[in-house]
Parts: sequence; structure tokens; C-alpha cells
Amino acid sequence: MPRLSAGARHRVRFALNGRAVEAEVEPRTTLLDTLRGPLAATGTHAGCEHGVCGACTIQVDGSMARACLMLAVQVEGASIRTVEGLAPAPDRLSVLQEAFREHHGLQCGFCTPGILMTLDAYLRDHPSPDERELREVLSGHLCRCTGYAPILRAALAAAERLREDVSHA
Amino acid sequence: MKPASFDYVRAEDRKEVLDVLRREGTEARILAGGQSLMPMLAMRLARPGVLVDVMGVPEFRILSDDAAGLTIGAGVRQAALGALPDLAQRHPMLAAALPWIGHAQTRSRGTVCGSVAHADPSAEIPLLLLALGGEVRLRSHRRARSLPAGEFFTGLMNTAKAENEMIDSVFIPAAKPGVGQAFREIGRRHGDYAIVACAAVADGAVLRLAVGGVADRPMMRSLPQPGDPTLEEALDAFAWDLGARDDLHATARYRRELVRRLGRATIEEAARCRA
Repeated sequence: MPRLSAGARHRVRFALNGRAVEAEVEPRTTLLDTLRGPLAATGTHAGCEHGVCGACTIQVDGSMARACLMLAVQVEGASIRTVEGLAPAPDRLSVLQEAFREHHGLQCGFCTPGILMTLDAYLRDHPSPDERELREVLSGHLCRCTGYAPILRAALAAAERLREDVSHA
Repeated sequence: MKPASFDYVRAEDRKEVLDVLRREGTEARILAGGQSLMPMLAMRLARPGVLVDVMGVPEFRILSDDAAGLTIGAGVRQAALGALPDLAQRHPMLAAALPWIGHAQTRSRGTVCGSVAHADPSAEIPLLLLALGGEVRLRSHRRARSLPAGEFFTGLMNTAKAENEMIDSVFIPAAKPGVGQAFREIGRRHGDYAIVACAAVADGAVLRLAVGGVADRPMMRSLPQPGDPTLEEALDAFAWDLGARDDLHATARYRRELVRRLGRATIEEAARCRA
């Protein structure tokens, strides 16, 4: 493919929460900055910007990913899902979001979008996780408010509720 | 925390990658999963002129586990190891170590070969490759060569890879029947840097322990069997020879003690698993 030169901006196209979007970016621009800047999707939070804190976790083609550890030019043609894509309607929370509200799984809310995107992907592939497995997957996120216990409770409650929804469907 | 400028090439085949490396040498860096390189760019510890994205190259997607062993191409993500059938039976050490490699959120993007190329002394994958007698298969526009892991890692984030070379794949020989393997690590949490990580292989009368997180690269040594009265002294000598230093995470003394205790526990587990 042609080389994308450092100084210039290049058009990148991908799907964001099911909608086709495009942005003009330099090769060095991270996916995180592209989401929050030109695409104004500020639900994904910028924390440490070097892959440690987990605040910017999103889904790329269904898999969890740190948006700060990806370049926008890498996601040409990909399908990106962010926290803005979770709620089924503007006035309705997803099961996972509702469980976080109910169990006080957030206080300041800074880490929450990343944690939700991790759990959304994880619960899809692992509908019956135990507490140990959830602790393991949550170890990829830093939360300085909750002490994690309410987050675990919310995740377990959401898993249970999602299983019920499937069995009643 | 913003990378400096660089050009970007999304390579379509191996030749294109090797051509860029031939032309631009040290100015070029391979971008695979980005889970080690992107932080280096963000902190401007690396300032390459051009990144060559290899994830679209079909030749690098090879992941095969046959009678000879496991071949892992440059484009294979760490999470793909977890999806291999019978991983725990065929490669018990890999299965035991996988949860310790980064986090689920980084294993989904990070590659096996990328971690080998990065050569962080605390990283699990270089340690596993050394302990399991793995090989690093390198390629440049001119030649292909293979190095044992013990020769590939040469120091702190330093390897024997030349400027015009890339890691094409790594190879891990199949575990021989009756050989015991074990992996243990002490870190603050799964996914954090290892304070000390130990990997042991018990193959008949030969017992080897590899240790990561202490020296400037993973180090391996043959040791006496559990129950042998000279084991304690040999472990103590290994612990001192690794040249542990104090850092933010642990003191040198604590690391030496971990090498003695965790090393012994890992050896004992490998010996128990030996048929």
C-alpha cells in the first residue's frame, strides 16, 4: 500500500457503534484521540495514555482493546464499539449499565466506560463467570473510588440477569 | 503522552516488510499488536521514522501445533494461544503462564513475537521461550536464520536481531512425554510486571530453572533434583548470580529470597509433574 507520510493527514474510515464514520488523521494519532477529538465521542476516557489504567478500553471487531495503544490508521475498515453503543435507547440503560447503577459500581465514573466495555465483551463470551474469573479480567482496570467490590457485585448481577434474559427469550 | 511523527506503511506481504527494513534500518520499527511499542512511542522512548504494520501480512498468520512443536508467526496474538486445542495437555507451561501475560485487554491485541522482540526482562514470553528451549526465526531480505532463545536475548531490551531483520516466527518444541513443566510468578497483580517469575522443566535426570524479572534478561541454570542436599546451596548461588537490584517494586534482597523459595516450589512442581 502507499506509504502514509508523517506530516500529512490521511482519511480513515471505520464503523463506530454501527455507523460509518471517517476522520482525517496523522499516522501518529491514536484511536483514542481520534474518537475523542474529530469524532467527538468522549465517552471513552483518556487516562494514562500508555496502556496501564484501562480507562480507554473499547472493542475492536468484538475484542477488548486499549484505544490509547492503537493508531487510528490501524482500524481502517474495522468495527469499533464504545460505551456510547451500549444503551439500547437514549432513555434506557443496558442490563450491564443498570447493574452498575443498582450496585453502586461507580463513583466518580472515570474508569467506568472502560470497565463496561471489558465486561460487555467478556460476558458475551463467558456467560457464567465466577468471581475469580471476573477479578482476573478486571485486573486490567484501575478504579480509585470503589475498591472494586461493588463492581464485582454489579458484574455478577449483570451476568445472572443476562442469563435469565437468554433463557426467557 | 503523544507519539512523535512517523510514516506508516500497512504491509501486504513479507517482501514489502523486509524491503522497508533493508532501506531504512534503524529508522524503521515493526508494528504488530502494538502493546509494547505504542507505550514506547507515547513516552517517546522510541522515535522511529517509519512504522511497518505487519498484521495484514498473510505469511505471518501461521499458528501450527504439530508433532515437532508449536510455530507462532509474527502476526499471532497472545489470545490465540489460549484458543489452541489441548493447550494445557500439550504445552502445560504455556497454559499456566498465559493468565500472567499482560491483561485480557492486552492479550487480545499483543503478539507473541512482539513480546519476544521487545525483550523486557520481566516479561513472561521471553522467559517461557528460554525455559522451553524455543527458537527465534529471523528473516531479512537476504537470509533466514534461527537462534536459540538463549542466544537471542543479549541484555536489557536488547537482542541479537540485526537492523534489517525481523522475527518471522518463534518455535517451541513439543513437550516430550514424561517431561514435567511448571510456571510460577509473584507480581502485584496478574498482568503487572513480574517481581520474580520462575519456569522449570524436569526432563528425566535433568532439571532446569529459568528466572525472569531479576537479571537484565531471562536466565536459566541446571539444578540438582528436589531432595538433593546440594539444591539449597545451588539455588542460593543462582539467586546471587542474577545480580538483583533494588527498584520501585521490590528490594534486591526480597528478589533473591523469591528466587530461592519460588524457584524451589517451581522445581518441585515440575518434578512432581514428571511421569
